Amino acid sequence: MASMEKDSVSGQMTTGHEWDGIKELNTPLPKWWVYVFWATVIWAVAYWIAMPAWPTINDYSRGMLGYSSRADLDNELKAQKQARGAWLAKFQTASVEDIAKDKTLLNYALVGGKVSFGENCSACHGSGGVGVAGAYPRLADDEWIWGGTLAEIEQTIKFGVRNEHADSRQSEMLPFGTGDMLSAEQVGQLADYVVSLSTKTPAAGSPGEAIFAERCTACHQEGGVGSKDLGAPALNNAIWLWKGNNQAAKDMVVGQITKPKHGSMPAWAGRLDDNTIKMLAVYVHSLGGGQ
Amino acid sequence: MSSNTEATPYCEDVVKKFVLAATFWGVVGFLAGDFIAWQLAFPVLNLDLEWTTFGRLRPVHTSAVIFAFGGNILFSTSLYVVQRTSRASLFGGSGLGNVIFWNFQALIVVAALTYVLGFSQGQEYAEPEWWIDLWLTVIWVLYLIAFAGTIMKRKEPHIYVANWFFFSMILTVAMLHLGNNLAVPAALFGGDFMKSYNIFGGVQNAMTQWWYGHNAVGFFLTAGFLGIMYYFVPKRAERPVYSYRLSIVHFWALIFLYIWAGPHHLHYTALPDWAQTLGMTFSIMLWMPSWGGMINGLMTLSGAWDKLRTDPVMRFLVSSVAFYGMSTFEGPMMSIKAVNSLSHYTDWTVGHVHSGALGWVAFVSFGALYYLVPKLWGRKELYSLKLVGVHFWVATVGIVLYITAMWISGIMQGLMWRAYDNLGFLQYSFIETVEAMHPYYVIRAMGGLLFVLGALVMVYNFYKTIKGDVADEVMQPSTAGAR
Repeated sequence: MASMEKDSVSGQMTTGHEWDGIKELNTPLPKWWVYVFWATVIWAVAYWIAMPAWPTINDYSRGMLGYSSRADLDNELKAQKQARGAWLAKFQTASVEDIAKDKTLLNYALVGGKVSFGENCSACHGSGGVGVAGAYPRLADDEWIWGGTLAEIEQTIKFGVRNEHADSRQSEMLPFGTGDMLSAEQVGQLADYVVSLSTKTPAAGSPGEAIFAERCTACHQEGGVGSKDLGAPALNNAIWLWKGNNQAAKDMVVGQITKPKHGSMPAWAGRLDDNTIKMLAVYVHSLGGGQ
Repeated sequence: MSSNTEATPYCEDVVKKFVLAATFWGVVGFLAGDFIAWQLAFPVLNLDLEWTTFGRLRPVHTSAVIFAFGGNILFSTSLYVVQRTSRASLFGGSGLGNVIFWNFQALIVVAALTYVLGFSQGQEYAEPEWWIDLWLTVIWVLYLIAFAGTIMKRKEPHIYVANWFFFSMILTVAMLHLGNNLAVPAALFGGDFMKSYNIFGGVQNAMTQWWYGHNAVGFFLTAGFLGIMYYFVPKRAERPVYSYRLSIVHFWALIFLYIWAGPHHLHYTALPDWAQTLGMTFSIMLWMPSWGGMINGLMTLSGAWDKLRTDPVMRFLVSSVAFYGMSTFEGPMMSIKAVNSLSHYTDWTVGHVHSGALGWVAFVSFGALYYLVPKLWGRKELYSLKLVGVHFWVATVGIVLYITAMWISGIMQGLMWRAYDNLGFLQYSFIETVEAMHPYYVIRAMGGLLFVLGALVMVYNFYKTIKGDVADEVMQPSTAGAR
């Protein structure tokens, strides 16, 4: 058994214990360590006296300062509501057009709309409404499937597209290339013509033109200018919703004729209040292509 | 080597197995962590497969590093230390040891598979479903029996401080594990076998979860690893422990105070104010008890500081204690509500956890492993101390990149979340904060990559050491390791 001995480096005595060759010095507790420890204890006790701290059977010690995080939050929300109240009262009665004409309201709506857009819309439409190639429409250009006026944008946001809401915008393209409506050859011819619509020289007199006139103009209109009432996209401007980044335009068109993809958007009425939807409409309208 | 040279036949084959398993799971866990770090920077790495999404791989990473790597480290070191410091062979011998070893390894594999396949209790660090929890309970009780049994048949009059820490770890982890996993299975057999419901709901569930979560850090990753520190630092430094009294006072203060600190994970939530107050104040009072371990670790080196130059293994051990001191200052600071309102839910928390996990837990583990491998396989020294130095510097640079990137990114994220414009609207949307963090995510992932590379150097060193090779290198005091 080891006995207490003096350590030559520190001058401290050992405790006399030894385990697998490890000894221990009998160094007293460092003074600063003890002081700082007691300081934290005293601070903690003071904090308990000041703030809600210890539970009792049915209650808890409230603390001398009477602090409550719920009351705190409540006050903050009230103050916020009050600060916004004046603005919101004006928004309540103004139409989206009124807002766009009034410079201060417009400014407020653009800032507020940007925030709501970032939180609710950018997940699909991207930051600043740049869209996602082959998936979600770009909102920062002047191509509108369902219309680009303030009122039309507001309606789209409110009720959405192809969802369960009774007022949702609805439209559906038939799978012309499936079944016996069109042969594979005809689908190819039609796609060639559709792609040519965006060029300076649409393929006039081609077999595709005839098929287009027969099958497609009811919705997409003559020359493929599209129809906002029917939600039929313009086909003459080389802006393709469903074309992936590395996809050939013709392949995409063939795909849409054969097995059309249809996007959908939720109705935001009921999730967002009317004022927020107005701000969003004004913001989206401002992104570059509002009509 | 004074009084205890009379040969006690220590049971070390099972310790060897735990050492190898710890090394293996360490590399697996670090790789998984770095992979998900790259996923955060480049989401395409989710690979569009449900099994490889961040949400499923993240628990694989956390469980692999905490329980598979950390757990095997604790098994290996505690079972080694308790035998040596009790001068008694392992209670239950290698028979019991092997049952613990193989069950634990099988449990790790099964748990990881369930995560990847999409089964989870949904509680952080306690993801395994109920029947895996029961299995772990059995393993843990066997571990308790082996450890306590060895202490009971000790030939030393006193129980060494390292064993107090190991023992408190074993007991408290048992309590935490049982408390947080009180769940009712949806079915004992059949389709809903893989689903259970915790008996606590709402904020009570959250409180139980963070009582568990924080003390998993406090007892598994702190108390257990302080046990490692208390054996391997004095052993490697060949110096007596700095202060016996400090070890007693900080041990009892630490284990009494730590258990209260959980609520600081739930500041500004539905948790009642009084509970938040207690969580915060106990976290502050925990600062000095934590630092007691740091003081005892660092000051044990008085008279042996020169070893930092000559012995890279010592460098790992000492740096780990320094990182421990840093994290245990940062932690109480972040528990203060005013600080927490900025740091909570941000990457700062992730950085804090990793300065503790990489700097403290992993470094003290590396130090212990570098000590143990030549000892257990009967080699005079490691294959190469120079490579230990390489490992040390590569890993240290990795940690520094990691935590500084997370500090900047986390504080930036917190400030962006709370920024209002002059009309009272939030200045930034969530996606803008994500975009702003991207460069720091890349830096963090590169830091993690360095940490993985360092671990691979260690694996090579172990392989050569166990094979019996010795590198042809001269360790000169002034040029030891990479500078």
